[in-house]
Amino acid sequence: MTSTITIDPLTRVEGHGRITIQLDDQGFVSDAHFHVTQLRGFEKLCEGRPFYEMPSLMARICGICPVSHLIASAKACDEIMAVKIPDTAMKLRRMMNLAQILQSHALNFFHLSSPDLLLGMDADPATRNVFSMASTHPQLVRDGVRLRQIGQLIIELLGGKRIHPAWVVPGGVTEPLSVEQRDTILRMLPEALTITLRTIDLFKGIVDRFPEETRAFGNFPTLFMGLVDDRGGLEHYDGTLRIVDAAGSRVADGFDPRRYREIIGEAVEPWSFLKFPYYIPRGYPEGIYRVGPLARLNVVDTALTRWADQELAEFRQLGHGTVLSSFHYHYARLIEILFAVERIEQLLSEKEILSTHVRAHAAPNAAEGIGVSEAPRGLLIHHYRVDGQGLIEWANLIIATGHNNLAMNRAILQVAKRFIRGDRLQEGMLNRVEAVIRAFDPCLSCSTHAVGRMPLAIDLVGAQGELLHELRRR
Amino acid sequence: MKPQVKIKTLSIDGRDIGAREDETILEVARENGIAIPTLCWLEGLSTVGACRLCMVEIEGSSRLLPACTTHVEEGMRIATDSERLRRYRRQIVELIFSERNHVCSVCVSNGHCELQSLAQALGIVRVHVPYRYPRLDVDASHPRFVVDHNRCILCTRCVRVCDEVEGAHTWDVSGRGVDARVITDLAQPWGASESCTGCGKCVHVCPTGALFEKGKSVAEMSKRRQFLPYLTLMREERR
Repeated sequence: MTSTITIDPLTRVEGHGRITIQLDDQGFVSDAHFHVTQLRGFEKLCEGRPFYEMPSLMARICGICPVSHLIASAKACDEIMAVKIPDTAMKLRRMMNLAQILQSHALNFFHLSSPDLLLGMDADPATRNVFSMASTHPQLVRDGVRLRQIGQLIIELLGGKRIHPAWVVPGGVTEPLSVEQRDTILRMLPEALTITLRTIDLFKGIVDRFPEETRAFGNFPTLFMGLVDDRGGLEHYDGTLRIVDAAGSRVADGFDPRRYREIIGEAVEPWSFLKFPYYIPRGYPEGIYRVGPLARLNVVDTALTRWADQELAEFRQLGHGTVLSSFHYHYARLIEILFAVERIEQLLSEKEILSTHVRAHAAPNAAEGIGVSEAPRGLLIHHYRVDGQGLIEWANLIIATGHNNLAMNRAILQVAKRFIRGDRLQEGMLNRVEAVIRAFDPCLSCSTHAVGRMPLAIDLVGAQGELLHELRRR
Repeated sequence: MKPQVKIKTLSIDGRDIGAREDETILEVARENGIAIPTLCWLEGLSTVGACRLCMVEIEGSSRLLPACTTHVEEGMRIATDSERLRRYRRQIVELIFSERNHVCSVCVSNGHCELQSLAQALGIVRVHVPYRYPRLDVDASHPRFVVDHNRCILCTRCVRVCDEVEGAHTWDVSGRGVDARVITDLAQPWGASESCTGCGKCVHVCPTGALFEKGKSVAEMSKRRQFLPYLTLMREERR
């Protein structure tokens, strides 16, 4: 007797998703799918709009990581204008992107994932959330709120507001950085560093409680893809693509991300609105690859900042050549927070950061533009074509979460096979299936279902369609 | 001022006010610091009374009358604000929002838009009629300016300023009702217009983000309209 388990909606992730798990006659897991059940249509609705509007329009894809879309979109528009933007504008954009990565990573670790990590995967779901953490781990919750606030404040200081700032524009940014703004940001950074170091210590203290999760949470060989700078260092704004295999050998290096279509194919499956990108030379689905914090740390030679490099050395001990378990996305995310804090400080100490020349002006000079950057969740690609008047004719976006789609599906299957057995369900089993998705920190849309009681419905349905078992939380 | 102008006395919102007989209710109200919302009216242009937002209640008349086209009369008792007027004004603005694609968050005029400010002042938080979502063009053929019909409210300020002040009459209105559009020349692309002088007055009198300067990003298009009354005054003095 085969049956299907459905987890819908998926909780403590950003957006709307669903998981189905197929059981075979013996009650063992035979297959699992991660469905993204929403269609947004941004590539279509921007057609006919002036390219100048694109950064703000595309930022609306997400309320958590609007800055990532602003950056990639503005870079694509820079190419349409065919300008080289002022150096200071590039540094300011880079800084905002790092602040965004800082706040988004903090959101995932503290608000979404820490309840699983600190209260346990099998803890009562009624209390397995950030609100009860406030009484059990008050310091951690305070740290999380403060760290995210610092990231958001940096974005606000630079761009005028925390969500969807209109400051990043084609050709640069609208306003230069003032001395006061620079000093305000500089004053917040030591606290951010202290919090992050404290959290990394805490995480290292608890990671040994999860040997099974480390082994089974998306732990398999794949390719890893990310941007690196010209010294092989950690890079989130510019740089070239590097792809390494599970052993850490370079499959591609110094690859111009504008040529992404030569190596990234997009497959479609009938059961999800999210496409399945794959590495073309290896075919579908063998061309499975991962992006995001884990992938970025796997591809780089060095972080190029003091504390992040120290942690990176320790991180590398977790694998041979590369770190394969997706459970370590959490650790990678914390290391990237460290890097963001350190890098922002470096950028602020550069003399020309206060230059008032922060914007280039030009008409649409090229018919096509491709903007590539690293979003918190991984490689982000915006690709536009415009007509002679600068109105958008066609747009293609590949979002970080999309790159990880194949890997997330395989990870769910692995977790389900390891933790789910029989035709009776326990909440903790299903939470592990959700938790592996949280490890990838997918951003399924603008909305978050961050905290509170999870409206979860799981049905076990027999081959004849009869309801065998029902588990509901409201 | 003309020599034999008579003075009329009237009351607006309970205040006794003296006004010249050639003045409209709107002009008198503004002189006395009484705010009446408008969209199509603009100082320095002729009056068309099209938007109906300046409707006021006049004692003894069951009809509402537009303050911009109604001249003052002796003994008039006018109310510029009442629950009934506010309801009508909200309805008008909601209908404008529903008619085309007004997306403030990505608009060049966000934060500098008369329609947006008016909606805020009237306390509009949602639109109670279904949106039409028409598929409308953006004409970016002009080297310096863009017209986005999605944001046009057909106030015809552009038409009037181009005709009355610049004297080019590049702009006009074609079609009727829901199909009405502002057009340049005989519905040719703006960039192909032979009559347009490129003066930019239409852009600056436009109350929304329908007309804007190229290269302006979201929320960057703030308009300067101060020039218009001075321009009109200077021309009248010269005549």
